[in-house]
Amino acid sequence: MNGALSVRPEVPAWRLITTMALAGVLAGALIVIVHQSTQPTILRYKAEMLRRAVNQVLKQPERYETLYIYRGALIASVPEGVQSKGLDRLYVGYGADDQAVGFAIAAAEPGFQDIVRLIFGYDAMAGRLLGMKVLESKETPGLGDKIEKDAVFVSQFDGAATPLVGVKGGRGSDDPGEIDMITGATISSRAVIRIINNALERSVPLIAAREASR
Amino acid sequence: MRETTRQEDLLRGIWRENPVLIQLLGLCPALAVTNSVENALAMGLATFFVLCGSSLLVSTLKKLIPHEVRISTYILIIATFVTVADMTLEAVVPEIHKALGAFIALIVVNCMILGRQEAFASKRPVGRALLDAVGTGVGFIIALLLMGSLRELLGNGSLLGISLFGPSYEPWVVMILPPGGFFALGALILALGWIQQRRAPRSQPQEWPEGVADREAA
Repeated sequence: MNGALSVRPEVPAWRLITTMALAGVLAGALIVIVHQSTQPTILRYKAEMLRRAVNQVLKQPERYETLYIYRGALIASVPEGVQSKGLDRLYVGYGADDQAVGFAIAAAEPGFQDIVRLIFGYDAMAGRLLGMKVLESKETPGLGDKIEKDAVFVSQFDGAATPLVGVKGGRGSDDPGEIDMITGATISSRAVIRIINNALERSVPLIAAREASR
Repeated sequence: MRETTRQEDLLRGIWRENPVLIQLLGLCPALAVTNSVENALAMGLATFFVLCGSSLLVSTLKKLIPHEVRISTYILIIATFVTVADMTLEAVVPEIHKALGAFIALIVVNCMILGRQEAFASKRPVGRALLDAVGTGVGFIIALLLMGSLRELLGNGSLLGISLFGPSYEPWVVMILPPGGFFALGALILALGWIQQRRAPRSQPQEWPEGVADREAA
């Protein structure tokens, strides 16, 4: 190997740079092509997932609208010249009689392993939840991921009074604000409750202000 | 060094020089994403695609790539294929893409792939390089599937999501957690070593299989 190295002719620097640059340009071009051909499918899937989640936590409303949080108020359409992309948003669902049935609110905060992202439906008139769905979590398989997969735990959020209170499994009364936490996944259960309570704390004033101004 | 036959190029990566179980390369994905058969298969196929694509291209371009910048060029080629695989998986099987997370992007630094380019594809004709890549890739898929089946079966009582043991089975959750990856890998390497030892004739001293210390690469 050493012999081979010593007889190898010197390659001029410009050739090395040109080779790397050419390879970089080709790689970049290929990635652009693949990106453009896959991006529509990826975005369509994400939008479909969100639509399904909103419909699920609002218990299948007739239709729903997106509201943007802009300068501390809820607005239905973004003013001219403002990018809607970076704004936080809520979704308001309407029933058959065109009355608002509730708001879908997405929120994310740290759980046990990583950020837990979830969405929940909130009936502002009654002050109760309509439903909850975990959108993204990396909680421990078999324990923490029950916040997503355990039907009994998830169904407790349907009609729960707010703010939520977490109680140790089996000890709770019939209080509708009490959520039985999952044995072995107390931190993850508590995270879900905390995320919802914090999100409500932020959103309820906005929702109330919107109702008052109508 | 003795010239290898075509058949050897293809078959050696599958069993005798299996990248994960014998050469102990590419252990990061092998430990991290084999908590279910589905994830293991997706990871195996993505790596297979990257390995074959890179070997093909590196072997085709070997005369054009100056020796001094070969490693950076290989990495660039590998990274391009990984990005393509990443985007394709996200568009076609978004659920699996989500489960694999960052580990798809990390195929770039899988030393098994760079190792094949440096030790084999950059020195051999295109056909041989492809045979070698297919063999190594299949070997990687087999190893991941073995790990995935073992861990999903014990850790979840199911295979490919189909429950096998019924509701009375209490799953060994530890097997789908990170430590389970080490247990499964250890058990497989132990079993493989035992099989090889039983096969080897008594009179001959046990020899390391070719490729453990790749003399070409050294």
